[in-house]
Amino acid sequence: MGLWQSFVEVVHELIPWFDGSIATILIILIKAMALVMPLMLVVAYFTYAERKVIGYMQLRIGPNRVGPKGWLQPIADALKLMTKEIIFPTKANIYLFLLAPILAIAPAIAVWAVIPFDEGIYVTNLDISLLYVLAIGSIGVYGIILAGWASNSKYPLLGALRSASLLVSYEIVIGFALVTVVMIAGSVNLNVIVEAQKGSILHWYWVPLFPMMIVFFISALVETNRAPFDVVEGESEIVGGTHVEYSGMTFAVFFLAEYANMILMAVLAVVMFFGGWHSPFEGIPYMESAFSWVPGIIWLLAKTSFFMFLYLWVRATFPRFRYDQIMRLSWKVFLPFTIVWIFVVALMTQLHIGPWF
Amino acid sequence: MLENYLPIMVFIFLGIAFGVGPMLIGYLLGPSKPDEEKNSQFECGFPAFDDSRMYFNIRYYLVAILFILFDLEVAFVFPWAVVQSDLGWFGFIAMSVFLFLLVVGFVFEWKKGALEWE
Repeated sequence: MGLWQSFVEVVHELIPWFDGSIATILIILIKAMALVMPLMLVVAYFTYAERKVIGYMQLRIGPNRVGPKGWLQPIADALKLMTKEIIFPTKANIYLFLLAPILAIAPAIAVWAVIPFDEGIYVTNLDISLLYVLAIGSIGVYGIILAGWASNSKYPLLGALRSASLLVSYEIVIGFALVTVVMIAGSVNLNVIVEAQKGSILHWYWVPLFPMMIVFFISALVETNRAPFDVVEGESEIVGGTHVEYSGMTFAVFFLAEYANMILMAVLAVVMFFGGWHSPFEGIPYMESAFSWVPGIIWLLAKTSFFMFLYLWVRATFPRFRYDQIMRLSWKVFLPFTIVWIFVVALMTQLHIGPWF
Repeated sequence: MLENYLPIMVFIFLGIAFGVGPMLIGYLLGPSKPDEEKNSQFECGFPAFDDSRMYFNIRYYLVAILFILFDLEVAFVFPWAVVQSDLGWFGFIAMSVFLFLLVVGFVFEWKKGALEWE
């Protein structure tokens, strides 16, 4: 952060009027762009990674024509989407039709404001950052519902209904699973939650809350409409769900939002259950000093990459669930289970059982 | 304190910009050749049979109602979860009573078949 301070001072000296509220907003904007631009790049190359990884898992090569080993594939995709016609269906409600992608991507980007990347590296440090993540994250469902309704077409409407019920069902489960983390950490500030996991790999919350970690990860798959829970798109049943009537860049915006949400869920899993920026070698005598030069953000990104890979792995491995099975999993398995686990964690805290409480 | 929320406003505007910008680029760069067939709604090659604002299953509505109940419950549990280790047994018992009432309701829904999808 010292570098940043000196940068700000230099800017203040160079431009006399660079002061007051405009300066504050500009600085925030620079920080925000420094976060969002790499995020978009990651989204682009995540699609490439997805095709490549799933390709190799299915004994294919994946994209390898555009650029060396297909490295320019995402850029080619983006260019192609840009030059495609945006179709406005005659029967659609045009304003809501165009509002839907914006409502999908605005929360997907806004959520990133509170994610801590390293000790002291964040855009803003809210005391209620976890609540903020849950609140803003659930606005994304409006984008999908509006997309389905405003298209005025059958498949999008079916997809929107499916998506709405799925998202709200699993949001409850995610809420309860995260409550257990909050109970142990004693805060809803993401920075404090990560700080509370300091110590060693065994102090990370995936050890005491292992079942909740599993529940959270599965729910994250559903929340982001990923295989094996992608009945919202369900191309074999409803030919693509809410996206049917969208073309060109309007579709691309949905796509960006979906992938940004996937990466967010991976980061959230790391922050809540896998010690955020803490090194996995902490507390191990020689390894800790050997790896102390690695900055925390690298650890965070490495763990996040692992979870992103897990998304692809799961997609290549499991067949799609049936809709009623997914709903049963949420309401009849996860919900009772998480409520019981809240009791268990509360009891363990009151009785001071275990090394973690 | 409130200045912590300024970045959030900036981020929301940035998010909106990231929604509007690409669509504007696509609108400007892409061709625009509207066509009656192209702009009609998609229905696997047929002309649409009837209005797409059709009846849908009541269960979707039920799930939404249940969601309101349980999401409120989650919202109530969060403040308790933050301070529950300080509250001691009093907090534990109070929350047990609260959750028990909701679990009774949940069992009732389950037995009534509100959660069945078959």
